[in-house]
Amino acid sequence: MTDGETQMTSPEEPKAPGDEEETRPAHADEVATVAAAAASAASTEAAMLANPLRDPRDKRLPRVAGPCVLVLFGVTGDLAKRKLLPAIYDLGNRGLLPPGFSLVGFARRDWAAQDFAQLTHDAIKEHARTPFREEVWKQLREGIHFVPGEFSDDGAFDALAMTLKEIDETRGTGGNYAFYLSVPPKFFPLVVEQLKRTNLANAPEGAWRRVVIEKPFGHDLQSAQELNTITSAVFPESSVFRIDHYLGKETVQNIMALRFANNLFEPIWNRGYVDHVQITMAEDIGIGGRAGYYDGIGAARDVIQNHLLQLLALVAMDDPTSFEANSLRREKEKVLKAVRLPHDLGLGTARGRYTSGWQGGEPVVGYLDEDGIPADSITETYAAIKLEIANRRWAGVPFYLRTGKRLGRRVTEVAVVFQRAPHLPFSTDDTEILGQNALVIRVQPDEGITVRFGSKVPGTAMEVRDVSMDFAYGESFMESSPEAYERLLLDVLIGDPPLFPHQREVDLSWQILDPIEHFWASQGRPEGYPAGTWGPASADAMMARDGRVWRRL
Amino acid sequence: MASFMLSGTTASKISSQLTHLRHQMGAPAIGMVLTLVVVCDESNQYDAVRAATEAAREHPSRILVAIARDPAEAIRLDAELRIGESTPGEVILLRLYGELTRHAESVVSPLLLPDTPVVAWWPGECTDRPAKDPIGLLTQRRITDARSADDPVKAIVGRARGYHPGDTDLAWTRLTPWRSLLAAAFDQPVGEVERGVVEAVPDNPSAPLLAAWLSDRLGAPVEVAESGGPGLTAVRLSTADGEIKVTRSDARLATLTRPGQPDRRVALARRPTSELLAEELRRLDPDELYETAIRHLARGVTAPQAARR
Repeated sequence: MTDGETQMTSPEEPKAPGDEEETRPAHADEVATVAAAAASAASTEAAMLANPLRDPRDKRLPRVAGPCVLVLFGVTGDLAKRKLLPAIYDLGNRGLLPPGFSLVGFARRDWAAQDFAQLTHDAIKEHARTPFREEVWKQLREGIHFVPGEFSDDGAFDALAMTLKEIDETRGTGGNYAFYLSVPPKFFPLVVEQLKRTNLANAPEGAWRRVVIEKPFGHDLQSAQELNTITSAVFPESSVFRIDHYLGKETVQNIMALRFANNLFEPIWNRGYVDHVQITMAEDIGIGGRAGYYDGIGAARDVIQNHLLQLLALVAMDDPTSFEANSLRREKEKVLKAVRLPHDLGLGTARGRYTSGWQGGEPVVGYLDEDGIPADSITETYAAIKLEIANRRWAGVPFYLRTGKRLGRRVTEVAVVFQRAPHLPFSTDDTEILGQNALVIRVQPDEGITVRFGSKVPGTAMEVRDVSMDFAYGESFMESSPEAYERLLLDVLIGDPPLFPHQREVDLSWQILDPIEHFWASQGRPEGYPAGTWGPASADAMMARDGRVWRRL
Repeated sequence: MASFMLSGTTASKISSQLTHLRHQMGAPAIGMVLTLVVVCDESNQYDAVRAATEAAREHPSRILVAIARDPAEAIRLDAELRIGESTPGEVILLRLYGELTRHAESVVSPLLLPDTPVVAWWPGECTDRPAKDPIGLLTQRRITDARSADDPVKAIVGRARGYHPGDTDLAWTRLTPWRSLLAAAFDQPVGEVERGVVEAVPDNPSAPLLAAWLSDRLGAPVEVAESGGPGLTAVRLSTADGEIKVTRSDARLATLTRPGQPDRRVALARRPTSELLAEELRRLDPDELYETAIRHLARGVTAPQAARR
């Protein structure tokens, strides 16, 4: 095309201002679809659509939350210091926090705002991913407030309500509050009740109130539902954001891109080609100082119920009609509903507990010797289960889920292992060391995708063996790529729920896990495995019975 | 890290040396997502390579740097190959001598990664019609920088003439934080904007571009006024309810003022070139908003605004 043609065919010929107005409705459809995909909360969405400076074609402009306040309960906790406060700063540093954004800390400390600001400052300096910049800190510092008090203290919550009102006036936050409950679940009823009493849970016209809760969402179906009764009595389901930080990870979101943006994988993503799927979350650490929480909960409740079943849902679900929260959650629910447990739980599950051993070159103690663990504990630190999905796509394809502490190394991945080629036109000698093709989604620590396939060994003989091809985009290279909590906090402030599990998903997950936990409770002590190894012998035996092996990680 | 110098070489020798180096490093598979061609001279190559290498952390790329040397010398091609040097991709510096300085594309073309996007970047002076440039013809996306032109404002105003879908200018990229903040200010209902002013140091190409964008989107006249800087210092928009303004006097922290609301301060720092480049590489489709803005700007030059200048 010559330059003259470019000019002539250009849609942007000079126009009268009136024309400009007429061209805008042409994008109305596009605006609507994009908005639906983003599924922002109604009030913000409407204002954004009417915003003359926004345009769906303007992809440079980031999604920025509207003016709001984040109220953080449990500011002195580990999560707040290591993840939440740094994530808030990082959001600010990337220009994603709205002007006037305010942060209110609430804790049982005799503190003033500057003490909380100091804690925030230290947490940022130590843990933020983006470089410390004075002007960003200044912006954040201006909006930092602190309210001291107990959760049972009416006066403290009255003071909180007053503070928030004041912030609305001085910072223009318009009555939009998100309450982040970074506290143990036993305090939920108290806090939620107080929010109700002080009328903080009720949003006035044109504003929003949201509550963010962290796992564990109960320890079985019943407790999960009780917990939900408490929050749902005060907050509507659409205002409850359950954080499963795995879903904020780039790679996990990339599962959807990989599956639904490509034509290469989806045709073989079914029982016709897939032999089985292994979903693993291995940790090299022990329980550390979490004895009080961990004992009685165990590996399955801690990890399988939320992270691994969510990964399973994303890997196994059918394509959603859109990435809007309802459509996505519906597909995940469908697949969770179709999950079937093994008939014989003794053969289809395995559990273990680490004993003393060597982990990565250091001697470490066994579970029973950890501080605060009772000698008669029957809590498992390793859990493996075999699940099937009863639908047309997956019938007969086992999904093996495993997680454990004090395993060989820290790794989380989803491995889709394919069937062997139906016929090999090579001699058996040539393909002796050829394994099964696999597509591995590496979730952490080294995020990316690995494809394993057979390739000829160079030389005069026709010898075929496995090779791996790795792909890592962005995340693993860029230190300053967004952390899962950043993404999720931003989604909360924007009111964008697709990455947060619905209560129905929580219920369904417990329905899967409860019978297994019930069975395990009757089985006495878990089988021991030396720290630094890959779990108990029974887990290997479980695979061996199916003629399979765990991937060596 | 591996580095390798080739003197008096050819594209195919460079290519096989690259393969050799990659094998030597034990990384036979390459995960690079694009080729970035940097067209510059010896004086700005250091900063350009640095910025491109940093941007490649987010977008693993093969970076081809075409450096024109003395056109009066005998024809020669020297290459410097850097692999694994604080970048996931590869950096290849190509130094062109003699008549070859006018045929850089003949060296660049065989070194492009197959079947992946190609982006060209002129950190310094560039042609008026990047898409017609022999290197530009190889690319999906062309990044220029009006700021490094002799007359930056004239350069950005002239971009519309040579525009081809896929062109973009860092003067536009530098505006993203400003545009984002202004858009956020408009997320709450605002009355009709009657007129506006963008204030900046003289010769800042981003200022007229921002004014053009605002004027186009808001349907109101937006002027450019001179200030003492640094960079862009203010945007003032008059509405029936009062003035919405963003002011920034230190190139770091801005203040947003809306009628009937308390002032709010927001970090609005200038970004290093590597971040601008990384933003550019994030989207490889034509930037229609940029096109609209430069066309609006080009139309505006005949208006009183430019006469004033």
